[in-house]
Formats: sequence, C-alpha cells, structure tokens
Amino acid sequence: MERETGAREGLKGWLNPSKIGKFGIERLAWLLMRLTGLGLLAYFIGHIYETSHILDGKAVWDKSLEMTQTTEGHLFLALVIGMCVFHTGNGIRLMIAQMGYGVGKAERPDYPYKPQSINMKGKACIYATLGMAALAMWYGMAVMFA
Amino acid sequence: MATIHPKLSDELSQTVVSSTKSVKIKIKRSNPNVNSEQKFDEFVVPIEKWTTVLDVLLDVKSHLDHSVGVRYSCRQASCGSCGMKINGKPGLACFTKISELDSDTVTVEPMDNYPVVRDLAVNMDRMINNHKKVMPYVIREDSEIDAESGIREFLQSPENVDKYIQFSSCIKCGLCNSACPTMAMDKTFVGPQALAQAYRYIADDRDKGKNKRLKVIDESHGIWRCHFAGSCSQVCPKGVDPAMGIQLLRGYLLGIRD
Repeated sequence: MERETGAREGLKGWLNPSKIGKFGIERLAWLLMRLTGLGLLAYFIGHIYETSHILDGKAVWDKSLEMTQTTEGHLFLALVIGMCVFHTGNGIRLMIAQMGYGVGKAERPDYPYKPQSINMKGKACIYATLGMAALAMWYGMAVMFA
Repeated sequence: MATIHPKLSDELSQTVVSSTKSVKIKIKRSNPNVNSEQKFDEFVVPIEKWTTVLDVLLDVKSHLDHSVGVRYSCRQASCGSCGMKINGKPGLACFTKISELDSDTVTVEPMDNYPVVRDLAVNMDRMINNHKKVMPYVIREDSEIDAESGIREFLQSPENVDKYIQFSSCIKCGLCNSACPTMAMDKTFVGPQALAQAYRYIADDRDKGKNKRLKVIDESHGIWRCHFAGSCSQVCPKGVDPAMGIQLLRGYLLGIRD
C-alpha cells in the first residue's frame, strides 16, 4: 500500500504561478475568483465589525471611520472595489457558462484537438472583467484621492 | 540533488550515428514505499525530430538506468498508461515529441494529485473508482437481444451519436484529474474524468439510468465542486473536453438544457 505522497498538490496547486503560464488566462481567472472571494469574505466580516462601532456612540464611530481616510485606507478600499467588480463580472460569466451556454457543442473531435469550452468568447469576457476591475479601481482612487 | 551520468550518455551518443541532437532529461525519482526521499536524475540522450518523451525514457531504461519506474503500453496514445508531468504540464509521454517542447532540457515528474507508486508511475485507483461510481455503461432493463421483435442491438441515429461521441474518446489517462485545481484540494471530488463520463452516458438516448447516475454526481463534492478552470480540457490528449461535458451536464441538471 503506497503512502499518499503526491496524492494531492494542496495549496501549491492553486498558487503556483507557473500553472497560470501553462494553463492560460482561464486558470488565472479561476485563481482570482477564489482569492477575491476570500478577500471579500474577509472584508465583509471586517465591515460588520467596523460598522458595529456605531452602537458605541458618535465619537467611536468617527474614529473608526478615520481608518479609511488614510492613504493606506484609500488603497485598501480601491482593492476592495477591484475585487468586487472582478468577482461580480467573472461570476456572471461563470454562471452563464455553468448553465451550459458559450461552452460549445459536443461533436466529433478532429485532430489537432482544440477544446471548445476554452474559447475566445470566454477569454474576451475575462479580459473585459479584468479591464473593468482596473477601471473601477482607478476611478475609485481618483475620487478618494481628489 | 541531481545525479548526472555523462560517461554513460557519451558512450550511448557514439553508438547512434544518425542523431545530431541530444536532450537532457531530468527524471523525478522517488519510492515512497522505501523512504520519503525525492531527487532528480539527469541523463543526456540522443534524439531525432520524431523522438517522443517515452522514447527518451525507454532509451534511458535500456542503456543508462534500468531502474527508472515508468508505466507504458501502446506507445500510440490509445492506452492512457504513460501520463506524467512533462515540463510542468500533464501530458502523455508517447504523444509528446521532444521537438515540440522547444527546450534542451525536459523535466518529467509523476502526475500531480495521485499517490506515487515509484518514480513516474502513480496509483490511479481513485480515478478508476470514481469512474466506476458513475456507472460508465448503458443502463437498460430490457435485453439487448430480443428474439421476439428481432432487434439485435439498441439502434441509434448518427445525430444522437454526435451528442456523446466526443466523450467516448476518453482513454482514462488521468491527465485531466492531474491538471484540475479542485482535485488538488478536495480529496473527495469526483473529478473531471468521471464527470465527463457521466455526461457521455446521460447524453446517450439508449441509456435509461440517468437518475441513478445523477444521484451519484449531484452532491457538493460532485459536479457542483467544479469551478470551470478549464485546465482539464487543455491537457486532454484525445479532444474529450471534460470542462464542456461538465458544464453541459450542469445545464441539464438545472433543467436549462436537454
């Protein structure tokens, strides 16, 4: 009976940057979807904690708001905006694809095989989502740093 | 720590007159049954433009180191035995030409997400078990041979064959499961190979076992655990496109697609 050596890659299978180079933009989108999901979950918990200060009176509430009025705070919020836009846009792409739309039609494959599910429509959506996230971050920073 | 065998490889290159090129192959060696040591052994082997990774490995086995553990059989991408990680990406050794890799050094490792038996050979029990779990056969209560009606087989139109023929090409090489990032983390995930096969039989209109099969995959570690990274389809050597099968099957489960 073999030991479980190499049975699962674990987090290395997620985070290894060489995987993105070898498996393309879809793998990057997959990784960003996971990371932004975890990031937004952490932000949500922090947000609940921060807004709970409103119960402690105006002074405490104002002080907690000051945390986001710094340069680091602005950059953090810009990151949250980016995560939010990417997660939403890519989530919509995934929902449509996971209903079976835009992934091609089963047919007799001919060599050289080219997977239909990895197509230009999907790639264009990923690039557009990344672009929208970058644009939203840029706009957010323009407003916050104005 | 890599071990190089220059003398042996020099000797070999002198014996092959027609070859002008050579490749350095780095083979990941381990034997988990003995100890946890892992190392890379390096060999220099002469190649031609048609030489495959498997050819190089067999050359190493024949002339340089007989102890290299590698599983292979048909040498023509039909049996699915020689799956391994070639320069970091899962591929069939017999179906990957050295010239296509565009590199003077080729690194071969056992496939990820499988327990290593020895060197490049991995244990594929989990994949085979998951494959069996989805009942990869046409389920019917009536007999295929019906003397009364004279029907000798379950007839099917070419149009219906087209709906699943792509997924019938699966050779169970396991490359898709190796590339899948969900397989990397979830030890109970059914995997793209089995899910694509589930779709193959669900799309087959001769099959009457859809509900039985869906019961197996319609759970949190089943089809819903796929997050459509698409890596499975990128490495499939037979054009199966498991990612497409999984998404089409999900559409079917949601009642959106036929």
